[in-house]
Amino acid sequence: MDKLRNYVKELLESGEITGFLGLIDDGGHPIPHLFTKEHIDRLNDLVVPDFRYPMTDILLKIVRKYPESTIGVMVRGCDDRALIELAKNQKIMSDLIRPVGVACSKEMAESCRCSQPYPREIHYGEKVEGVQDRSDLEEVESMDLSGRLDYWMGQFSKCIKCYGCRNICSMCFCDQCTLEDETLVMTGQTPPEIPIFHLIRAFHMAGRCIDCGLCEEACPAHIPLRSLYRKVREDMANYLGYVTGKDEYEKDPLEFLGSEGYEVPSKIDET
Amino acid sequence: MEYQTVRTTCTYCGTGCGVLLEVLDGEVVGTLPQKDHPINEGKLCIKGWSAHEFIYADGRLTKPLVRKGDKLEEASWDEALDFVAKRLLELKKKNGPDSLGCFSSAKCTNEENYLLQKIFRAVIGTNNVDHCARL
Repeated sequence: MDKLRNYVKELLESGEITGFLGLIDDGGHPIPHLFTKEHIDRLNDLVVPDFRYPMTDILLKIVRKYPESTIGVMVRGCDDRALIELAKNQKIMSDLIRPVGVACSKEMAESCRCSQPYPREIHYGEKVEGVQDRSDLEEVESMDLSGRLDYWMGQFSKCIKCYGCRNICSMCFCDQCTLEDETLVMTGQTPPEIPIFHLIRAFHMAGRCIDCGLCEEACPAHIPLRSLYRKVREDMANYLGYVTGKDEYEKDPLEFLGSEGYEVPSKIDET
Repeated sequence: MEYQTVRTTCTYCGTGCGVLLEVLDGEVVGTLPQKDHPINEGKLCIKGWSAHEFIYADGRLTKPLVRKGDKLEEASWDEALDFVAKRLLELKKKNGPDSLGCFSSAKCTNEENYLLQKIFRAVIGTNNVDHCARL
């Protein structure tokens, strides 16, 4: 931990970064905080807990106000995948972000069912192998079509429309959100209009979702949102050969559908 | 460049969800659910997610008001609290404890509601305790 603190201290003191977004211990509770050179002693309270806050989502708020500053940010594997996608979507400039990597523990990787529980560069923690577990998808896939529809309609009907899934999502960076467009989703009712509300979000996650699972963690109704987005993510990989959060310079196929006439691979079938 | 989060309790109802107010350069810009809070465990309802929005509302009451004649006038907390304490004691002495009652609020924490009923039952001496939902 001291090694990590010293590394961040050096980055701040040398002026390489203006601020470092990490987590600070506040009376036993780790909460997001921007460490700066002016209050360098506060780094003594820098902590790496075994749960996550949406670091890149918070980072965007700071970057929007300080687009020309270089900022350091604590990233786990999921946050790092988000950085790649945010750079691709021109929400951040990679040159102005210094990711400080944290590898997740085996326990965390397992509880998150994370396929890549480590960032590109690790400054803290030991790299553990990813977990390949699609049992949640297999369970849904084992149902027939009408059973599947019933299952999802049942899940969606629990929605209390808190928008937590969108709010906590690092990849939900649009200025205007379709979920609040009354011409597409009827307003003033709970649950929101189903399944359209959740399907809009699922489709918007195609080519974006980095499978961090924060949406599901934030859902007060325990809707298995992550399974839905994982399926979309898997379809993107299987049919279009595209995996989000992997390569900063690989283009999202959905980005050039249209003008450049992307050819859809023939193996797509009706199922 | 300053960004910090401040731990607090959501003011929208008595559930007592833990929220973090996000403060960017002294301005409250957002709310996050507190992930390690025993009540809400990193989840919030739509009101909780919007808990920061009323902070800069023009109509927000930020100072106590004391009625003087027909007018409500701004007062300091000391002045307002002294006035309330004095009047409560006067009325109790003149008309007895059951001439008084209190309305608590669903927008306070559970603990604040406990304190209000406690002061009315134990200090004033009345069971006239009710809440804003009956107003």
